[in-house]
Amino acid sequence: MRQIFSATFAILVFLVLWEVLVWVNDWPNYKMASPSDLWPAFWRFKGLFLVYGWETLWRTVVGLLLAILVGSAIGMLMGLSRFAREGLYPLLVGFNAIPKATVVPIVALIFVGQHDLNTVLIAFMISFFPIAVSVSIGLSTLEPEYRDILRSLGASNITIFWKIALPKTMPEFFGALKVAVTLAFIGTNLMEIVSPHGRGLGALFDSGKTNSDYPLMFAVLISLAVLGIGLYYVVIVLEHFIAGWAEREID
Amino acid sequence: MKSQEEHGLIRINNVSHTFNTSSGKIRVLDKLTITVPKNSFCAIVGPSGCGKSTVTRLVAGLLQADEGSVWLQDQKVTSPRPVVGMAFQNPVLLEWRSILKNVMLPLEIVPNDLNMSEREARARNLLELVGLSGFEEKRPSELSGGMRQRASLCRALVHQPEVLILDEPFAALDAFTREDLWQTMHRLRSEEPFTGLLITHDLREAIFLADEIFVLSGRPATLQHTEVLSKRGQKNLDDLYSPEASQTLNTLREQIKIARQHEGPLT
Repeated sequence: MRQIFSATFAILVFLVLWEVLVWVNDWPNYKMASPSDLWPAFWRFKGLFLVYGWETLWRTVVGLLLAILVGSAIGMLMGLSRFAREGLYPLLVGFNAIPKATVVPIVALIFVGQHDLNTVLIAFMISFFPIAVSVSIGLSTLEPEYRDILRSLGASNITIFWKIALPKTMPEFFGALKVAVTLAFIGTNLMEIVSPHGRGLGALFDSGKTNSDYPLMFAVLISLAVLGIGLYYVVIVLEHFIAGWAEREID
Repeated sequence: MKSQEEHGLIRINNVSHTFNTSSGKIRVLDKLTITVPKNSFCAIVGPSGCGKSTVTRLVAGLLQADEGSVWLQDQKVTSPRPVVGMAFQNPVLLEWRSILKNVMLPLEIVPNDLNMSEREARARNLLELVGLSGFEEKRPSELSGGMRQRASLCRALVHQPEVLILDEPFAALDAFTREDLWQTMHRLRSEEPFTGLLITHDLREAIFLADEIFVLSGRPATLQHTEVLSKRGQKNLDDLYSPEASQTLNTLREQIKIARQHEGPLT
């Protein structure tokens, strides 16, 4: 309850400061929209916001799920085999170092017209790296004694993985997932903005730009932030149920 | 055929072992022969880094000796077997499980015909025996170091292993907690049938807990001296201050001194 109150309070303070900043400088809304301009923009395009917001959300979630699957698989490979770790790390780091904004036109060309696939792909590409790295680190830093406890009882490697390695990696995994969630939104929107005749909130942003509708562009940014916060808290709730044991009471 | 009492439940037979490390080959064991009789409690002492832990890993089947053989219940050890229970200096409890579920872990792995409630009852009994009743639902991090080590002992014993291997389990505890744990060990020994093999740096601990003490020489380790204690089985802390115990302590100290002079070079 206190948490909700302090979060709402912080958001309100932010909005007031924003409004005051625009008002004091007397900026017209084609230079900088103020919070009071946003609501009319939302209301005018409320249907589109709902439809496009949903499109952006599901593509991001699918991209993220893909990133979890592939990222965990690569992470397991690297965490359990030294050979794979030494071989794959430079490749992965190199891949991650490429700005995804440059990959967007390439992917858009390869799968031209397949807008959903393009978008999901970019969301996946931008977000799987932290998951792969954290899972591999979680698995490769498992203390040998943990393994010995089960191995001395004759447990198979699969049993050791399920009973010890996997649960022990969960806190790292969720740490990475929180980063990946926001990254995936960036990926989705990059593609939605660049792709011609695109859909989703990115496309709405782009049409706001074309029509010089600045309040609309700001309204898109705000709705993206709201979606991002929503998905982030879904991850927090999942973390609480799956890896809640790692939480510590802090005063 | 001789019984395992005289023949030895654990037999380490002429074992040599060499580790390949980045700084070259290190020979840790050299023709080591040790016999641990059934239902006895034996301690292995020796200079730091002499290969004591290697011995536990060989007996547990986690490691194969280069030369010689290790026998458990008249069977050659070639892989880990569930007749062994282990506890280390680090209690290695799983933080995502309650204490009770931690203790029950081996029963999920070792084949047994206990149902869930029987498993739980078995774990609860052991926890009560070591003085941890009331802490079953706690997380490991909510317990003190000594309590965690007690829970770790319960986990090592829950599947009723023939052999309990203890690799310096009390080394990280303060002196008072350690003495409490020693007494707990005797209580466990009187209630649970097992053959114990304890690795320790603490000579008083060895005298208090063991029936027989093996002193290993410096690296590469071989059996240098065997001390058979006159007082076996249950002991109380006062026994540690008897003239006899002092005598034994002196002998062991001398032996360790000799062992440390014989540190072998890297081979």
